[in-house]
Formats: sequence, C-alpha cells, structure tokens
Amino acid sequence: MSNITSPSPEAMRARAVLLGRSRWGVAEIIFWILAVACYWLFPTKLSLLSEIAILGLVALSVDLVLGYAGIVTLGQGAFFGIGAYAAGLAAKFGMGTSLWSDPVIGLFIGGGVAAVIGFATSFLVLRGSDMTRLMVTLGVALIVDEVVNQMKWLTGGSDGLQGVLPSAVLGIWEFDLFGRVAFVYSLVVLFVLFVIARALVKSPFGLSLQAIKGNMLRTRAIGMPVNARLVAVYTVAAFYAGVAGALAAQTTQFASPDYVAFHRSADAMLMLVFGGAGHLYGGLLGSIIFRTMQDVLGNITPQYWQFWLGVTLVALVLFVRGGILGLLDNMLAAWRRKGGAS
Amino acid sequence: MLTILLDGIAYGMLLFILAVGLCVTLGLMNFINLAHGTFAMAGGYLTITLMQKAGVPFLLCLPAAFIFAAALGLVLERTLYRHLYDKTHLDQVLFSIGLVFISIAMVDYAYGANQQIVNLPDYLTGRFSFLGASIGVYRVFVIAICGLLVVSLQLALTMTRFGSRLRAAVDDGRVARGMGIDVTRIFAVTFAVGSGLAGLGGALGTGIISFDPTFPLKYMIYFLIVISVGGTTTITGPFLAAILLGVADVAGKYYVPAVGGFIIYTIMVVVLIVRPQGLFARAAAK
Amino acid sequence: MFRRQILKSIGVAGLALATGVSAACAQEVVKVGLILPMTGPSASTGRQIEAGARLWMAQNGSTVAGKKIELIIKDDTGAADQSKRLATELVVNDKVAFLGGFGLTPLALSVGPVATQAKVPAVIMAAGTSTIVASSPYFVRTSFTLPQNTAPMAQWSAANGIKTVVTLVSDYGPGLDSEKAFKAEFEAKGGKVLESLRAPLMNPEFAAFLQKAKDLKPDALFLFVPSGQGASLMKQVGERELAKSGIKIIGTGDVTDDDQLNGMGDALIGMITSHNYSAAHDSPENKAYVAAFLKANNNMRPNFMSVGGFDGMAAIYKALEKTKGDTDGTKLVEAMKGLAWVSPRGPMSIDPATRDVTQNVYVREVKKVDGQLYNVEFATIANVKGSN
Repeated sequence: MSNITSPSPEAMRARAVLLGRSRWGVAEIIFWILAVACYWLFPTKLSLLSEIAILGLVALSVDLVLGYAGIVTLGQGAFFGIGAYAAGLAAKFGMGTSLWSDPVIGLFIGGGVAAVIGFATSFLVLRGSDMTRLMVTLGVALIVDEVVNQMKWLTGGSDGLQGVLPSAVLGIWEFDLFGRVAFVYSLVVLFVLFVIARALVKSPFGLSLQAIKGNMLRTRAIGMPVNARLVAVYTVAAFYAGVAGALAAQTTQFASPDYVAFHRSADAMLMLVFGGAGHLYGGLLGSIIFRTMQDVLGNITPQYWQFWLGVTLVALVLFVRGGILGLLDNMLAAWRRKGGAS
Repeated sequence: MLTILLDGIAYGMLLFILAVGLCVTLGLMNFINLAHGTFAMAGGYLTITLMQKAGVPFLLCLPAAFIFAAALGLVLERTLYRHLYDKTHLDQVLFSIGLVFISIAMVDYAYGANQQIVNLPDYLTGRFSFLGASIGVYRVFVIAICGLLVVSLQLALTMTRFGSRLRAAVDDGRVARGMGIDVTRIFAVTFAVGSGLAGLGGALGTGIISFDPTFPLKYMIYFLIVISVGGTTTITGPFLAAILLGVADVAGKYYVPAVGGFIIYTIMVVVLIVRPQGLFARAAAK
Repeated sequence: MFRRQILKSIGVAGLALATGVSAACAQEVVKVGLILPMTGPSASTGRQIEAGARLWMAQNGSTVAGKKIELIIKDDTGAADQSKRLATELVVNDKVAFLGGFGLTPLALSVGPVATQAKVPAVIMAAGTSTIVASSPYFVRTSFTLPQNTAPMAQWSAANGIKTVVTLVSDYGPGLDSEKAFKAEFEAKGGKVLESLRAPLMNPEFAAFLQKAKDLKPDALFLFVPSGQGASLMKQVGERELAKSGIKIIGTGDVTDDDQLNGMGDALIGMITSHNYSAAHDSPENKAYVAAFLKANNNMRPNFMSVGGFDGMAAIYKALEKTKGDTDGTKLVEAMKGLAWVSPRGPMSIDPATRDVTQNVYVREVKKVDGQLYNVEFATIANVKGSN
C-alpha cells in the first residue's frame, strides 16, 4: 500500500543520510575558529599564514578534481599562475586607482581567466589512465610556463611581473607590511570558497562525481553525463586555483614564472595527499602542516631542511593510511577504544 | 643536418638510459617511482668520486655505477619499497618524493651544492668527420652503448626464462606464485636492475650533463615525458620516443630557437591526446 | 553569512590595533637578515655569500659602534614570493636593521617594495641586473652589474682583432643585460654581432646553441650563464671543439666561476673573460682573504659571489660606524652613499648618485698556476660604474 505523498522508509533514510552529510560538525567549527584565532595567536607569522591559506585553496582545488572526481592532475599550478598573472596585470594597469586594481574584482578576473582556460583544456583529460592524465595536465602546465617566459612584453619574462599595486580591499583596507589585511582577506576568501565547495560536493552533483570516481563505466551506464560533469568540475577547480593565484599576486604584489612552475603543481598535490584526499579538509590540513614544517625546519637548518621533510613523507606513507586525516582518524579510534575499555 | 641529428639522437639515448629503469618499475611492476632520478644521481656521483678522488678509469666506472645503483636499489627495495607495492599510486608518489628530498639533502651534505663534472679520457673526447658532418666521439659512444642495451633488454624480456617469469608475475602475481614462481625475488631483482640502469645512465651522463644535488627533480619531468610518450608496455616504445624527443628538442632549438622550449611538451600533449597509452604501445593489453 | 561578518569585524579590530603599534624600541643588538638561496639550483650562490659574510664578521669582530651584530640566514629556495615573505618577517618580527643577500634578480625585485615601505636598507650581494637599485631608494649594491662586467670584454675584443661575435646568454634579466651591453659596446667599436642566442635559464643541453654558433663561424663566441651553471656549459663547449675550429671563447667571469673553474679541465686554458673579482687577484688584501676563506670553508675557493657577501658586510659595518650606531634606515642608506674602501677585489665604492657599486673590472685569462686553474688578470679598467 504505497502512498504517493509520503516517501518510503528507504527514501527517508537516504534523505536523512544526504542531509546529515551537509550538517557542520563540531570539529569543523573548531577548525575555523582556530583559523580565525591564528590572527591573535601568531601575530608575527601572518604572511606565512596567508600563504598557507592560499596554498590551502590550491590544495582544495586539487581535491575537487583528484579527491572527488578522481582525475589525477599535476597541472593545477598552471591555473594558479594564470590567475596570478591575470590579476597581477589587471592591478598593474589599474595603477592602484581604477576599478581594475580593485582586489575583489581582481579575484574574479584571475579566477575567470583560469576557468576559461580550464574549460578549454578540460577536454584533454577526459580520456586515458591516471598516468596519461597526470602527464597531459603536467604538459599543459609546462607549456603555460614557457608561454609566460616567452611573452616578455606582457609578463616580464624570468624577472617576473613587477609593479602590481592592488588598491585597498573593498576600498577600505590597504594591504599592510604586517600582512594583517592580507591574512584576513585570504582567510575570508578561502572560507567563502570552502563553503561553496562544501555545498558542491555534498550536492547531487558532488555525489555524481564520486560515483564517476568509483566506477566511470557504470555511472555512464545509468545515464549520467560523465564527460559534462568532469568538464564542469575541472573548470570549477581551475577557477579556484585561479582565485588562489590572484590572491597570491595581490598579497605579494608581484607574479613570477615561479608561480607557474612545476613545483607549484607538485606541491599542491603533495599537500593534498599529505593531508588526505577526498575530504576537503585534507588539503587545508596538508598545507598547514607541510608549510609550517618547511618553515620551522628551514629556520633550524636553512641548508638541509629537505632531509627532514623527506623523512616525514616517507614515514607517513609507511605507517599511516590516508595522510594526516588518516592519522587523526586512527588516533581518534584508538582513543575511543581506550575510553570504551576503561 | 647530420650533426644536429646525431646530437639529438645521442641526447635522446641518454634520456632513454636514464629513463628505462623507470619504464621497468612503472610499466612492469606498476609502481610510480619518482625517486628514479636518485639512482641515476647515485651512479653519476659515484663516477665523479671514483674518477676525481681515486683516479679510476672512466670505462671501469660505468659497471661500477651500475652495480652501486643496483645494490642501492636492492637495499631500498627490501627495506622500504616492498611495503608500497599494494598501496595507492598517490601514496607511492608521496613516498618516492620523500626519498628524493632525502637524497638531495644527503648529496648536498656530502658534496656541496656545486655542479660536479668529470673530465673524460682523451680517447672519448674529440670529434671526427663523417659524411661531411662533425661528430663528437663521446656522443657516438653513448649511442653505441644504448643501442646495445636496448637489444639486450628486449631479448632478456622476451627470450629468457626470467623474462617470462617476470611478465607472469606482473600479469597475475597470485597465479604466478601458485605456479611456484618466486614473485618477491623477481620483483627485487627487477627493481635492482632498473635502478642499476639508472645508475649507468647517470655515469654516462657525466660526460654530457653536469650533476648537482637537484638532479633527481630537474630530470624527473624528462623521465616522465619519455615514459608517457613511449608507453610502458615495451622497451622499444620509450626508446623510440626518447630519440624522437631528443632530436625534436635539439633540432627545435637549432632551427627555431623562439619556440624551441615548447616542442617537447607540445609533442607530449598531442601524442597523449591521440594515443593515451603512448605512441608505441601495443593496443591496451588489460 | 554570520561567520563572515564576524571575520570582517575582526579584521577591522585588528587593523585598529595595528595602527597603534610603534616600531620604536632601543636595541643593543643590530640584526642583519640575509635572504639567500640555500637549497635548489642556485644554492652555491647562497653558500658563497654566507661564507663571505661570516668571514668578514670573523675578521672584524661582531661589535661595531657599540652594537652587537647578529646575522640571520634565511633560505628562499630561489622563489621570489619566499624572498618577499622572508623579508617581511625579518623586518616585522626580527626588526632587522639591514636586509641583504638576494641571489637572483627576481628575488631582489620582489623585496624592493618591502625595503621601501619599511625604510630598511637592502644590500644586494649577488643579483646583477642593472635596473634593480633604481627600483627602491633603499637598495645598495656591493656585487656587480652585468653591463659593468661585460663592456670591458667588448672593448678588449674590438681592440684585439675580433671582428665578428656570436653571443650566447641565459634568457633572463642579467643575460639580456649582458647581451645588450656587449652588442652596444662592440658595435660602437666597429665590431659586428652576427647572432644573439638565448638559452633557457634551466637548460641542461646546449648542443643546439653551440652548434649554431659554430656554424656561423664568428671570430669569437661570447658566453654568459649565471653563477653555478658555467661547468656544464663549458663542458659542452669543450666537446664541440669550438676553439679548435678557430672560434675564440670569451665571456664574463660568471662562466669561469672560481668555485668550479678548477674542475672544468685544461680545455679552458686561454679563455678570456672580464670580471670584477678573481681569486687570483694580486693584492695583499686578496691573498689574506683567499687563505682565510679556504681555511674556514673546507677548501672551497671563494668566488665573486663570496666577495659580494664580504663587502656587503663591510658596507653595513662602515655605515654603522658613520651613523655611530644609529639604525635609522634612511640615515644608514645616506651613510653608505659614497663609501669607498679596498676590498679583496681591489678598490671599490658606492656611487652616491645611484647607490650602485663602482669598481675596477679586470680582463683575465684562464691559466694554470701551481697545478690549478685560475683567472689571471692582465688588464684593468678602473672605476667602472655599476649603472648610470
């Protein structure tokens, strides 16, 4: 006796699961409170913190394509760099006064240009194995790097783009030497984009991405427009990386070919995997811990910090599954077991 | 022009030797070992040390570099790598990058950050004329050794008992084990040979390129390009791909310097779009 | 929405606080923050500069004008955004009185705005593009510029029977500076540059460029690559036997870097370069410098980067003496203007108009001295300005 107006128990349960997924957990709220608290906790490290927020945003964009849609990418640095140059050029030609150099508009310019190029190149990653996609995305990034180097008249070539002078954020807050505005600005942008990404991956669209990642053939068989979904998420991710690049160009007030270089893409992926892919927070945690370690080690031993970073990476892979988030999970589980036993 | 062609082939051959070990680990064992350049660096630095400090002849350094890198590979395989065969590709990437960082810092500590070079023996330097083109002796030497290697590797894989066991172990490890094949040992030996080849490539490379601690990172991209354009199912694929890339790179920089830098990358992207499994791969086996 | 508003109000509060903070505080310790590439492809530059700076402090004590000097070394890995961040942190957190170092041009340029905004003198100890010092009134240079080191080479070439030249430089700021300076000077003296080749900055294989140069059959091939990359270039120059086919190899001293020269092999003997420093410079100051440097650094030979660090510290010490320990950035820059002293490289001074380095440039030939390769100076062009 099925009733049309009241859904079946199965549907109710599915509904509960889906809605439950989008509720904010305690840990999440603590995470963001801590992020804000950093402003007072580490007032001397604000530049590093805004850099971490920006890196976290790149890692987040990699997570969208890699962690959720399963596309292995080593080319997110290209979109980061494109965003940086687009926003940097806008700010430069706005001369710090006109609307062009408004930082928020710059974010849209950076993200927009990156998204257009992301959309155009997204068709290249629809086919092939992990390795093929890895190399195609890397190839695109390397070509962008060469283009930046070659177009000296526009980008300044190897010497970088100088004279990037963004005006005050929303016309009120000038970027200051202490990095206060830069940090708050970066964190707000990161948070806004994070909330959007969070809603995105928990929407039917996000679930369909995970289905594609799980089994592309089967997903296609149930009538899902797989290619369209992949193109969409790749474009969104390019937008995210572009915004991160724009943030970087605005907060550091220049752009250099280093922003497009291979190691940007590699770092972004490393941080994500380090933190744990497919949870949104993995990239954020990864960039926090990775960058902090790099900074602390670099202060102790400016020459050999890479050694200890390497040891940490190796140890993490050997002894933990799923990056830092995996480690936290294990610890939590162990703690619960203990608590249950006593 | 013949000179340019031969320069390009020699450069490609060098890339091939450096990368072929990666082809073995990636293609046959399905393991993404980004630390491959570390083994090449080990071979290169061993050659530099032996020649500069101990005065060992260059030709003796080549086998020494092979053995040293292979031994290093074997030790690392037994202690670390074997724990990662069943982990995800991403874990393998993280792990091998970690190894790269460690090796960079260690070499830096031992040798400093300078570029290191060796001076080749007189009989390997110099040039001779051939069909009107001027050709470097060392480049011919590199070409000859690589040619020899390709043939022997191909034969070893297809004709020997070890080769067929290896392919069986890769295709289905469990069944191979059931048939009495010692899969663990085969993998260890294969890994060691792959590393040894990288070491040999590093030793040969000392004659053309210079070594500094960032070597494994600097050349990682080149290795990956060769492997992905050539495909990983054969030895000849990467071989032809390496030559193609070497020639395209050298000729591109010679004839159209303005776009020379793009050529390798563009070829790679185009190839991978048209043939995702690589230019010379057999139709997907699995 | 709610959270975002909180964030915004926090931002306002933070800014209000920030404006109240004053930077004034009496300091007995004067901190000098060196930002150098200590890892990555340019690491050798960082090592040499650090060693040079430390040697100055070892020889001259760590106290000047009653203040204790403290050196802080930071690794920027050769990435410009890191240089900038580290500069900001050094200024804001460590309250350094001087910034210094800067291995490559983009790294120096990125720090310019920080130095200007914070009014902290920044001593360029390496980066050699001529335009850098003009980008901030707080930049002072103790290294060299490419036009400065290149022009004498062009003059020497024109005067010594070389009519045609092909240039091959690394494709970035200093390389292009060098290419431009050579061409201008050489063609003004009646020579002809047949072709200007540019190799990518991170380039392992020079075969194509060298073959092209060889095929053009010039009288000489002019080379520039940054410090640390000369070895691989010269190896391939040797392999291609350009000298045997009658092409003279000339360049700036960056190519025959003292740090690597000895390992480059006898093929280099006879190569002519022009530069501001050679470890073989014949003066008592330099003999003492080289001996002390070798002893302190496990027999690493000092190169032109090391004197950049050494003289950078010299400028800092002398400026502090002049201001009697006053660490006001503007006063310090004023004090550095016009400073002149005898460095291991020879006499040098800071041009009061440009804040750039004025020094002798030497034309040198690679020779074997006591079984080791050295750049032996044979001609001096006195008091060449760094930039105009």
